Amino acid sequence: MLRKAIALAALGLAFLGSPALAAHPKPVERDVAWSFDGPFGKFDTAQLQRGYKVYREVCAACHSMHLLSFRNLGEKGGPFYDPEYPNSNDNPYVKSLAKDIQVPDIDQDTGDAITRPAMPADRFPSPFPNEPAARASNGGALPPDLSVIAKGREGGPNYIYSLMTGYRDAPAGLTLSPGQHYNVSMNGDLTSAWKGDHHKVPPGGVVAMPPPLAAGKVTFDDGSPSTVEQQAKDVSAFLYWAAEPKMMERKQFGLGAMIYLLFFTVLLYFSYRRIWKNVAH
Amino acid sequence: MSGHSTYEPKTGIERWLDTRLPIVRFAHDTALSFPTPKNLNYWWTFGGILALMLGIQLVTGIVLAMHYVPHVDYAFASVERIMRDVNYGWLIRYMHANGASMFFLAVYIHMIRNLYYGSYKAPREVLWILGCLIYLAMMATAFIGYVLPWGQMSFHGAVVITNLFGALPIIGTPITTWLWGGFAVDNPTLNRFFSLHYLLPFVIAGLVVLHIWALHVPGNNNPTGVNVKSENDTVPFHPYYTVKDGFAIAVFMLLYASFVFYNPNVLGHADNYIPANPLVTPAHIVPEWYFLPFYAILRAVPDKLGGVLLMFGAIATLFVLPWLDTSKVRSMRYRPTARLYFFIFVLAALVLGFCGGKLPDDPVIFQPSGLMLLDADINSFVWLSRVATLYFFAYFWIILPVLGLTETPLPVPESISEPVLSHPATTPAGAVASPEKRG
Repeated sequence: MLRKAIALAALGLAFLGSPALAAHPKPVERDVAWSFDGPFGKFDTAQLQRGYKVYREVCAACHSMHLLSFRNLGEKGGPFYDPEYPNSNDNPYVKSLAKDIQVPDIDQDTGDAITRPAMPADRFPSPFPNEPAARASNGGALPPDLSVIAKGREGGPNYIYSLMTGYRDAPAGLTLSPGQHYNVSMNGDLTSAWKGDHHKVPPGGVVAMPPPLAAGKVTFDDGSPSTVEQQAKDVSAFLYWAAEPKMMERKQFGLGAMIYLLFFTVLLYFSYRRIWKNVAH
Repeated sequence: MSGHSTYEPKTGIERWLDTRLPIVRFAHDTALSFPTPKNLNYWWTFGGILALMLGIQLVTGIVLAMHYVPHVDYAFASVERIMRDVNYGWLIRYMHANGASMFFLAVYIHMIRNLYYGSYKAPREVLWILGCLIYLAMMATAFIGYVLPWGQMSFHGAVVITNLFGALPIIGTPITTWLWGGFAVDNPTLNRFFSLHYLLPFVIAGLVVLHIWALHVPGNNNPTGVNVKSENDTVPFHPYYTVKDGFAIAVFMLLYASFVFYNPNVLGHADNYIPANPLVTPAHIVPEWYFLPFYAILRAVPDKLGGVLLMFGAIATLFVLPWLDTSKVRSMRYRPTARLYFFIFVLAALVLGFCGGKLPDDPVIFQPSGLMLLDADINSFVWLSRVATLYFFAYFWIILPVLGLTETPLPVPESISEPVLSHPATTPAGAVASPEKRG
């Protein structure tokens, strides 16, 4: 009877496990081997620094990161962490990075709205004062905040990397409205905009953001080649750090916790065997 | 809590206290000397696991509440502040979020064990009903808790679930307005949800006390389903089951830790890291995995009110289960036919969970068949959920009542010790074992 049930269950699982073909193709997602993959993964500091530069010089023109402060950049695991400055507010590099950016403030003497150079404790300033202003400058589209974008999209950093490198010329037969750009990695369904063969709908979707990256657009201080691939990879890693800044602490803590639990489990198992030794059960 | 006490106060202060408030005696009788069947297997360790999970959820939750801000403008950012700026906030929040999933995983195994070994049958009906109440309170708490981070899935999940009550005739709209504290899911909703999310766990804790009380009156069921006949059948809870439960808890903690430290977001949904926006509806609104079977039942019915009633009916069915199962034999070890139907039931529940996460109209295999049955293609998740829903209800309302009267169970052992002593591992060579009685 048991065997029959297991066979039935296996049959059911095989039935369910067969791939369901969707009506339209899935967007292209390219996998990257990240330094932070796996249980021992760590952030690549140089990569985070390059990624911050891409964000600051390219993305920050339209995208806010309002959950981040400059001090975060110098915290443990962050791009500009320096063990000499455990309090990242004292980190001179972070201070100078902040100083280059103007943030809005109120003059304490006159009450006037002013701007001043940022301090490490300041949040990253937003490029637009409010949502209507952001929309007005971007053809009606709202550039999303990037603070936790790497956790807010299926695929995380792989998705961001794929999107950044997924811009293609629209295939003939795909009708795009003005201000739309074809991207093979964007989540979407192009069936209604596709004039060609219905079984060959192109993958991906349309995005309002024009291709943000270009070869040579950012000059990396460490001499890394400034290709679109490199920029995309680095900024994706940076955004993953921004979304999950405690990842390294988490994995290190996890290693200790797992070793402790494993030891405890083995200890309990042998205690169990010993205590139950003389009981028939 | 029952039977005569073996506690003997040893020190003066214990004797003094024992004549005034016998709390040490109570603890001794409940957690140390309580006679427990000696043949409990690892399926019985989930009660202890659940007690620990409740404790973890309470402790982490109370700390989270110190930092969380229940306001539509600040809730999302306050959760992120916990993740970034509160010392070990990431650990506490990930423990709490994944703890909910682990809690449900354990409760489902605990319930499945109950169904298999017939633990809900007389004299444990009240124990079972208290368990169902705990489960119901857990579902309410988990749903409300998922709303608090105020992400996209929080908000739109809250809209969908609270709107279910709106399907009720006449009283539907007033009930939803009352739940929301207004005419839409908004700040008053979030505020009261936070309040209730803090209250309900203590309700659960109170129910757990009753649950343990109700357990300690008849004592544990056991894999044979046979009542305890003599002291030979039992061992004291401590150290025998403290160490066995302890081992199982440690294994369960390893699983829990692997989620918390290495895959903290895998059981959640990416959309919940997008701040709630009432004007943008996510492409697919999906509840957490532990609600998916009920979500599939809800969507299996084309009529909204019908779906709501059937979904609540699935939970209500559990409450009357002790009176639906007509079999006198508790354990399915001795009910081979019922066992087969039981495994199909487990499969049907898993299928429902699987369907709940899919789009109803998507094909289950390959391309749509083109054969329409009523409102949907027969090769679609909605039809698969309908078949599984039908089996879910048939199992409780037809199969269990009828089977108990018609099946011929295998011979049941005289006592717990009988099959225990004939266990191959403990039987001397040459002795007659009865392997056909083993499950």
